[in-house]
Amino acid sequence: MPEPLIRVVDLKRSYALGDVVVHALRGLSLEIAPGSFFAVVGASGSGKSTLMNILGLLDRPTSGHYFLAGEDVSGFDRDRRAELRNKKIGFVFQNFSLLPRTTALENVELPLLYNGRGHRPAERHAKALSLLRAVGIAERAHHTPNQLSGGQQQRVAIARSLVNDPELILADEPTGNLDSRTSVEIMEILQRLNREHGITVLLITHEHDIAEYATRVVTVRDGRILTDEPVPVTRRRDAAAELAALPPVEAEA
Amino acid sequence: MGIRETFRLALRAIRRNKVRSALTMLGVIIGVASVIAMIALGSGARAVIDEQIQSQGTTLIYLSAGSFGGPGRAHGGSGSITTLTMEDAEAIAREIPTVGLWTPGVRGRAQLIAGNNNWNSQIEGGNEDFLAVRNWTIAEGANFTARDVLVAEKVCLLGATVATTLFPDQDPVGQVIRVRNMPFRVVGVLAAKGQGQWGQDQDDFVAAPWTTVQKKLLGINYIHQVSFTAKTSELVEPTAVAITRLMRSRHRSPGPEQDDFSVRTVEEMAATRVQMASTMNGLLMSVASVSLLVGGIGIMNIMLVSVTERTREIGVRMAVGAKTGDVLKQFLAEAVALSLVGGLAGIFLGIGVSEAITKSLGWPVLITTSSIVIAFAFSAAVGIFFGWYPARKAANLDPIEALRYE
Repeated sequence: MPEPLIRVVDLKRSYALGDVVVHALRGLSLEIAPGSFFAVVGASGSGKSTLMNILGLLDRPTSGHYFLAGEDVSGFDRDRRAELRNKKIGFVFQNFSLLPRTTALENVELPLLYNGRGHRPAERHAKALSLLRAVGIAERAHHTPNQLSGGQQQRVAIARSLVNDPELILADEPTGNLDSRTSVEIMEILQRLNREHGITVLLITHEHDIAEYATRVVTVRDGRILTDEPVPVTRRRDAAAELAALPPVEAEA
Repeated sequence: MGIRETFRLALRAIRRNKVRSALTMLGVIIGVASVIAMIALGSGARAVIDEQIQSQGTTLIYLSAGSFGGPGRAHGGSGSITTLTMEDAEAIAREIPTVGLWTPGVRGRAQLIAGNNNWNSQIEGGNEDFLAVRNWTIAEGANFTARDVLVAEKVCLLGATVATTLFPDQDPVGQVIRVRNMPFRVVGVLAAKGQGQWGQDQDDFVAAPWTTVQKKLLGINYIHQVSFTAKTSELVEPTAVAITRLMRSRHRSPGPEQDDFSVRTVEEMAATRVQMASTMNGLLMSVASVSLLVGGIGIMNIMLVSVTERTREIGVRMAVGAKTGDVLKQFLAEAVALSLVGGLAGIFLGIGVSEAITKSLGWPVLITTSSIVIAFAFSAAVGIFFGWYPARKAANLDPIEALRYE
C-alpha cells in the first residue's frame, strides 16, 4: 500500500463554549490513500465539519497528529498552514464562496496571487481560462457570481480549487445548494478529476446517496468513526453514466 | 502578492464605493490642502521679509536713544531720551574699525506746504551718507552735500509719496517747500521702496541735513539715533557688541538695566519678525493637522466598516492561501491608497486655494516643492497609521469564522 496522503492519529478537538467544553472530535484515526475518492458522512453535530476544518488546515487539533503527505502538520502555525492550503488543497464549499463583484476568471486566479510565484497577469489568465474550459464554462469567464447559476458558480469554485495543481480536493457539501441534476453534473466533474488526473477527493456530506459516488465512505458520529468501508462496486454511482441516461435539458440560462 | 498587484487591488476596492471613498478622503483632502496653503502663506511671508531686509541693507546697526530692555523700571522709550549725542557717534566711528558708513539721525513730524498742497510727514535728518547707509537711491536730482550738512543748509530730498502729494504735476527738483514756515529747497527725489515690514509707507518722509533739522527745525542739541553699517555682514554682530561696550563706557552704564541707549541690528529685527510669522504659521498648521487627524480617523472608521463587510471575502482569501501578511498588506494598501489619493487631491486644492488667496487678498504665497513632498509623505503616514488597526483586525480573523460569517 502506498504511503497515505492523509493520516490522522487519535485526533481530538474541543472547544470552550461559555462554561461548557464541547468535544467535537474524541480521538479519531483515519488514513486516506492518494488517488482515492473518499466520503465522510455524518449528521450535523457529528464532528465532520471539525474534521474537515482540520484536514483542510483551517483549524488545528487540540491533540493528536495529522500527517499530510507524510509530514506532521498538526503543529504548523497560521502562515505555514495558509501556504499548504494554497499549494496542496483545493476547497469546494457548499455556498461556493466566490468573491462577489469579481469575474469568474479572477475568482479562479485568486489562489495564484498567493502562491508566491509572481505569475504575470497573462499567465494567470491563461491558466484560469483553461480550467474554466475544463469545467465547461469558459464562455462565462467574464461574468460575476451573481450572473451565474448555482451550478455554474460551483464549477467556477472547482476551477479555482484546481488552479495550483493540488493533491487534494476538499469538497464540503458541494451539492448542498444544488438541484439533483446539477448535483450529478458537479459529481461528474469531481469523479472525472479523480479518475483522469488522480487527484484525491475528500467529499463531506450528510447525504448517503451522494456519498455513493465515492469509493470509500467513513461515517462519523459523536466525534468518532462509526464505520469505514469501501462502497460495494454494485452500489457505486457513476455520474457520467447517470447524466447520459438523463433526458437532455435546454441549455442553462 | 507583489506591491503593484496589491495597490491595483486597493484602487479597485476604492473605485467600487466611489461616493463613500470620496467622502472618506474629504478629511484628508481638507487637511492636506490647508497644510499646503499654510506653508505657502508662511513661505510667502518669509520671502517678503527677506526682500525687505535686502531693501534696508543687511549690515545695518541702529544705535537709538532710550532703552527697550530692562523690566521693572520706568523708561521713556526712544525719542524722549536726550543723552545720545553726535560725540557718541563720532567716537564710535573713530574707535571701532569695523564700522563702515554711518549717519546720525534726528527726526520730527512737520506740516509741509508747497503752493496749495500740504502734507504732514516725517522729516529725517542725516549726513551726506544717509542715502548710502539706509539703502536709498535718488530718482531725480542729487543728494545734499557734506558742505550742506556742515553749514546747515535748508535743502531737502523728498520721499516718493511726499513728492507726488506736494507736486502732483510738477517736477519737484528746484522747487521750494515750507517746513514749519521755513523754506527748504528740494534738491532731489528718492526712488520708491514701497511698503515696509510693518506695512507702513517707507516713502512718506523728507530727508534733510541733520544739522538743519536738529538746530533750525527742532532746536535740540542731542540726536535720536545713529545708523551704522558694518564693513561686511559677518562683522555685524561683533560691531554691534563693540558699539554697546563703547557706549556703556561713555555713558557709565554697568549693564543692560541701566542703558540709556539700545543697539539693534536689522538681522535681529528681521529674526523677531520671522519668529512671529512662524508662530502664526505654527498655529495655523496645528489647525490644519487637526483636520488631517480627523481625516485619518475617518479613514480608520471606514476601513473598520469595510473589514466587517468583507469578512467573508477575507475568509475566502485565507482559505485559498492568503497569509496574515497578505491580508494585512491588502487592507493597509487600501487605507494608504485612500489617504494618498486624498492627499493628491488636497495638494491640488491647496495650490488652488493659495492662488486664490494671492489673487483675492493680495497676500504673498510661495508654494515650495518641499511642502508638496511633506504633504504627500504626511498623507501616506496618516494612511499607514490609521489603516494599521483595521488591517491588523482583518489579518487576525479566524478563517473558519470568517468563511461562515453572514
